[in-house]
Amino acid sequence: MESLILVLVGVLVAVATYLILSKQLLRVILGTAVLSHAAHLLILTMGGLKKGDVPLLGESEGPYTDALPQALILTAIVISFAVTAFVLVLGYRAYKTNGSGNFDEMRGTPDE
Amino acid sequence: MLQVLYIFIPMLAAILVPFLYKSIKNIHTGWFVLAVPATLAIIYTTYIAKVADGEVFHAELPWIPSLNISVVSYLDGLSLLFSLLITGIGSLVVLYSIFYLDKHKEKLHNFYVYLLLFMSAMLGVVQSDHLITLYFFWELTSISSFLLIGYWFTRDASRLGALKSMMITVGGGLMMLGGFILLYLMGGTYSIRELIVLAPDLVHHPLFTWSLVLLLLGAFTKSAQFPFYIWLPDAMEAPTPVSAYLHSATMVKAGIYLVARFTPIFAVSELWVWLVTGIGILTLFWGSFFAVKQTDLKGILAFSTVSQLGLIMSLLGASAVAYHTNGAIDSIKFAAFAAIFHLINHATFKGSLFMIAGIIDHETGTRDIRKLGGLMSIMPISFTVTAIGSLSMAGLPPFNGFLSKEMFLTAMLALQNFEFFGFETWGVFFPIIAWIASIFTFIYSFYFVFRTFTGKYTPEKLPQKPHEAPIGMLISPMILATLVIAIFFIPNFVGDTFVKPAVQAIQPFLYDSPQDIDIHVAAWHGSLTPELLMTIGIVIVGVLMFVALPKWQGMYTRFPQAFTLNNAYDKLMLGLDVGLNRVSRLYMTGSMRHYLLYMFSSIAAIVIGSLFVKNAFTFSFQNTAPIRSYEIILVVVLVIGTAITILAKSRLTAIIGLGSVGYTVALFFVIFNAPDLALTQLVIETISVALFLLAFYHLPKLGKREERMRFQLNRAIVSIAVGVMVTLVALSAQSQKLIPTISKYYEETVYSKAGGGNIVNVILVDYRGFDTLFEITVLGIAGMAILAMIKLRMNRKEKTHENK
Repeated sequence: MESLILVLVGVLVAVATYLILSKQLLRVILGTAVLSHAAHLLILTMGGLKKGDVPLLGESEGPYTDALPQALILTAIVISFAVTAFVLVLGYRAYKTNGSGNFDEMRGTPDE
Repeated sequence: MLQVLYIFIPMLAAILVPFLYKSIKNIHTGWFVLAVPATLAIIYTTYIAKVADGEVFHAELPWIPSLNISVVSYLDGLSLLFSLLITGIGSLVVLYSIFYLDKHKEKLHNFYVYLLLFMSAMLGVVQSDHLITLYFFWELTSISSFLLIGYWFTRDASRLGALKSMMITVGGGLMMLGGFILLYLMGGTYSIRELIVLAPDLVHHPLFTWSLVLLLLGAFTKSAQFPFYIWLPDAMEAPTPVSAYLHSATMVKAGIYLVARFTPIFAVSELWVWLVTGIGILTLFWGSFFAVKQTDLKGILAFSTVSQLGLIMSLLGASAVAYHTNGAIDSIKFAAFAAIFHLINHATFKGSLFMIAGIIDHETGTRDIRKLGGLMSIMPISFTVTAIGSLSMAGLPPFNGFLSKEMFLTAMLALQNFEFFGFETWGVFFPIIAWIASIFTFIYSFYFVFRTFTGKYTPEKLPQKPHEAPIGMLISPMILATLVIAIFFIPNFVGDTFVKPAVQAIQPFLYDSPQDIDIHVAAWHGSLTPELLMTIGIVIVGVLMFVALPKWQGMYTRFPQAFTLNNAYDKLMLGLDVGLNRVSRLYMTGSMRHYLLYMFSSIAAIVIGSLFVKNAFTFSFQNTAPIRSYEIILVVVLVIGTAITILAKSRLTAIIGLGSVGYTVALFFVIFNAPDLALTQLVIETISVALFLLAFYHLPKLGKREERMRFQLNRAIVSIAVGVMVTLVALSAQSQKLIPTISKYYEETVYSKAGGGNIVNVILVDYRGFDTLFEITVLGIAGMAILAMIKLRMNRKEKTHENK
């Protein structure tokens, strides 16, 4: 199971990289979102996917699934959401002020 | 302790100079400055007698004790001689500068601060027994020399000359530091004296040759040896007292000092002998040959200095041969003595010649030898001093240059007698080159004095009406000229007092004390020795060639400008400037995609490369969970979602594709028993997609042309490489788990110690609450930043709107 998910993570990372190397601002942000999904899945998989019960004490006698990666991912999800939201609004502003979302047209001022 | 402080006296005095200059306007600041080198010269004179008896003085001032770095003042024959030259000629130069520099027109406070700083630095160089402080003072001489050359900073030529000398000497200084560090690594001590004791063991060390070459690079750049001499002629843009002091008597001899000081360590090496002697003799010839070409008085003197430094350098190289002969051939013992003797002589006559060049410039308004002539009757004293200096430089009796030139020829003749290092075949070239170079030296010495003072007097060519210089300006060159003659008549007094202690410092293995040195200088050896015959030859050929000079001087113009070393230096600097600019423009394209491509490809290459180089890739199916059917379905859904994201023609489709990826990940969290994650993921994915749609909605009209992402092969290759890299690393890591999880502790204590049942939540707020605190902070900052980004811009826009 783990190997399958890790190959899937590889596919997600490849797709994310491809998107990040795009010309369009929106696609780059899409790429970062895909990359964070890949990272979260990777953390979960590396923690081990062996069947255990939901890590809730009252629900069963155990053994439980490893709870630590889940806590880490939860933190990571919130942080990546904050960053994605920020970058999206930044992109939105870039559209508004520059009138373009194309990286080839957003290269700063030419050298003096 | 006190002895160390002497080094710093000029530096401390330099602090007072600006105050004196500002507060006492009617007295030339130079008079106050004069007291400093004069006092120091008197102090160092008191050491002479004891040092001549073979005593050495040593004082230490800790600087960074934990690194064993201290300022050490070590006075033996060699460093005392240099200290006397620095303070003695320093006094004369300061006296000369009082009359040379106008107290109303010049920025005297700058001048004397730089000069005193230089004096301290130079004293530090010659007295330091510690490699690191030696380097410290060495670079201080480079910096103060840079400041002094650029003294008239409004002139382009001054700034260019200063920059050039800085680049070359500091470059060499850094090489020297490298050599010093290698010496420390080999010997384990910073002290030069201790390294000399260790010298026999150092020879076989693999770093020995490296440190030798690096150290010589430092010495050659500072002492203007071939091919690094090019900065010295350009440094002539400095005021003449500076040229006289730094660029003839002191700083350019720092390299000579370095070679002399390290001779006991490196002399056993064949490379040292060949490099020092060979480069020295080449510089001697090159400098004397091109001196005849110059038309600027200081230009002639600059090339002459280069040439004479080469002479001293070649003698020092020859003196290293004495380590290998066991005294079999006595004449080679002259080499070290001749080097030091000529160093003293050169300081006297070259100092006076520079001062005269300055006087001529000062009194006639030009230094161009083509405009000068017939000044003999107008400036009789200057003429006398020049004649003495030039004839000594040419090597004629009754001047001190004759004695050192004789000994030089003796040592060069002796070189061919040695049957090692290949001297038996190549050694014959040394006296021949030396002889030819001496002829050119003779020619330019005559050229200098006779083209300036005899011939037709042409007042209409001169910017000013010439007249004899004020007596104050002439005192210093007159003193030096007197020394030039005096040394000829009392060479053995000078030899016993100054030269022999220095020779003993250069060749400590040969002599136990200065008295052991059995060298007696004589102008006349009682018979026609080969070197005397050579001198007679020099005079005859020199006179003939000087008379015929107008016929052959034209050949210098035939030398193509493109092949000169100056041109090579300029081309190198320009080439570096343009070339490196081009290189950075090549990869600094300004496009973010290119930078990301560099980053991703190098990460993938490095990680995949090291995985296989280190043979770290492993793969095992052990400890893995079984694959279930609905997991496969989810994987397929996820792959389809990403494929939509990447292949979608419209951006809206891509955003929906991303949403599907997010929700599928949430489903993964469900089946892998992570309910909190699934909840969060669902909510956040919803908000994210909404935000994406917001950004999508506000796309500008222009760029709304919907198009599929164009396929690019390099992008695809890099992306696949990065994906493969992540999978390979993850599989290897997953297949070799070393230690079990620590989550057992959480499971066991979550209720008993933390009083909760949801392990994930208790970890978040109890066990690892700090993570959560700062994650909240991140969210807060992001919220504020978004608010600020929207609000602040809006406000400004509205304001400008109102203003309009």
